[in-house]
Amino acid sequence: MNILSLDGISKSFGALKVTDDVTFDVPKGQALGVIGPNGAGKSTLFNLITGNLRADAGRVFFQGRDVTRVPAMDRCLSGVGRSFQIPQPFAKLTVYENLLVAATHGRNLRESAVQADCAEVLERTELIRRANVPAGQLSLLERKRLELARAMATHPDLLLLDEIAGGLTEGECRALVGTIKDIHARGVTIIWIEHVLHALTSVVERLLVLDFGRIIGIGDPDEIMASKEVREIYLGIDV
Amino acid sequence: MTYFVTTQTPASRIATVAGGILILLLFALPFFAGRGTIRDMFFILTMLTLAQFWNLLAGYGGLVSVGQQAFVGAGAYALFALVILGGLDPVLAVPLAGGAALAVAVPTAFFAFRLNGAYFAIGTWVIAEVVRLIVAQWKSLGGGTGTSLPRDATRDMWFVELIEASLGVRSAAARDILAYWISLVLALATIGGIYWLLRTRRGLALAAVRDNVDAARSVGVDAARMKWIVFLTSAFGTGVTGALIYLQKARISPDAAFSVTDWTAYVIFIVVIGGIGTIEGPIIGVLIFFALQSLLADYGSWYLMTLGVLAIIVMLVAPRGLWGLLSEKTGLHLFPIRRRLQGGQLNRSEDTP
Repeated sequence: MNILSLDGISKSFGALKVTDDVTFDVPKGQALGVIGPNGAGKSTLFNLITGNLRADAGRVFFQGRDVTRVPAMDRCLSGVGRSFQIPQPFAKLTVYENLLVAATHGRNLRESAVQADCAEVLERTELIRRANVPAGQLSLLERKRLELARAMATHPDLLLLDEIAGGLTEGECRALVGTIKDIHARGVTIIWIEHVLHALTSVVERLLVLDFGRIIGIGDPDEIMASKEVREIYLGIDV
Repeated sequence: MTYFVTTQTPASRIATVAGGILILLLFALPFFAGRGTIRDMFFILTMLTLAQFWNLLAGYGGLVSVGQQAFVGAGAYALFALVILGGLDPVLAVPLAGGAALAVAVPTAFFAFRLNGAYFAIGTWVIAEVVRLIVAQWKSLGGGTGTSLPRDATRDMWFVELIEASLGVRSAAARDILAYWISLVLALATIGGIYWLLRTRRGLALAAVRDNVDAARSVGVDAARMKWIVFLTSAFGTGVTGALIYLQKARISPDAAFSVTDWTAYVIFIVVIGGIGTIEGPIIGVLIFFALQSLLADYGSWYLMTLGVLAIIVMLVAPRGLWGLLSEKTGLHLFPIRRRLQGGQLNRSEDTP
């Protein structure tokens, strides 16, 4: 069964077409990687899936339901979680309170019902010792972890990660990949945009390549990376 | 190991006890204080209430309004209309007047919410001016020159006779005492209500929207609804306060009731020098404002210039206001809202501040 289906999605900003007739399905439980050059429309694609942007044409189905016109907050409630490319913490709230917002509103539950769960997510994402620190004071790695933790606190069925490994050291990246693998192992469907390819390919089972808003390849990661077209366009290698 | 959450601090426990004693003293004030003190306290409490509502709007909701006088005026005029034209008891008309402010707030929000930041501020101001001009056409309430509450309406007001008899004061003093007690209940209900709101999950949502609206939407927060809740609550409370202020004054005119200086500029001054985004800030701010007004009342325009200079200095030296500065230095919170996760792996508390 497909958890997410995009059917002929297009989006333009003025004369610039950033998403051009994109169609693909994501089966439940899969980890799908998304790659493409800068400006290929990867983050826009995410915003169209989460509802932060509205598509000009085409339809989005989530768990069999047409959500094309459903706003972001309602998509979150129905099970879409995301991290932002540039971390967007609630800076004046503590790390724990950041999760509390997500858990109480994203799942529509009372504070007392989610306290233990938030603490558990903090343990899993290795932020527990920073629980009472204002999010504005976190380091880059901690902010990235908070993006992940906050998305997890909404209990998503589909988790969208936008360049979460970017800017991290090798060791930090490895630790974060471990956490993501752990989340995936629990049955959460993941779509992950990433430039750090070895991190991406160590998790995903399928790869999608975007260029100028169009899908130029989707399938097995090894085959995709080996294809001439992808190497030319994405990696800039003259074959 | 299990985790638990606390919001209380040792300072807040002391503040609760001290606050309780202070509240009892304030309620008992008319038994030992003179009429001048009662009037001063009425002024302080009503300005505090207005400041708390503006702070809710701007400090917590991020909606910087310069049009709060629209709601003061709407509430005040609704009181006069209900008493003069409707024959209602003024005490009953005070809470009902909040409804009139709500009636002004709904269309105001409909237009003003299309604007952001400085445009929102100017938009609310313009709307307030429009409301003033419309009200000035209301001939049965005196048009542009205004009107007074009828003598018999204020004399026969609920509770006035009771206060006269039990405290042994004259009718005029009894009316001031009644207005004071209502203003005290209103101020306490406002502070208590805002504190309660901030401690619920709606309070968290409010803070999240203020910090980052896109991220808030992405975790399921209904940002638009939070704006409406804050704006309408603030308008209602401001309207009720406006009605109470003009019940005590017993005389109204459009220019006074819709004064941007009296009901918005002073209120912003109170919140900004006290500390925006805190409940303690407006309390400190109103005391400073009252002290300055008492000291400089005879100096005319020098008074306003002093207020302006002081506001600029505070903004430069302590952008988060005097309470913000104190709170930063000492870590003191009288109304703590921060939820602290404790227990579990946090028991060894080496890197938690």
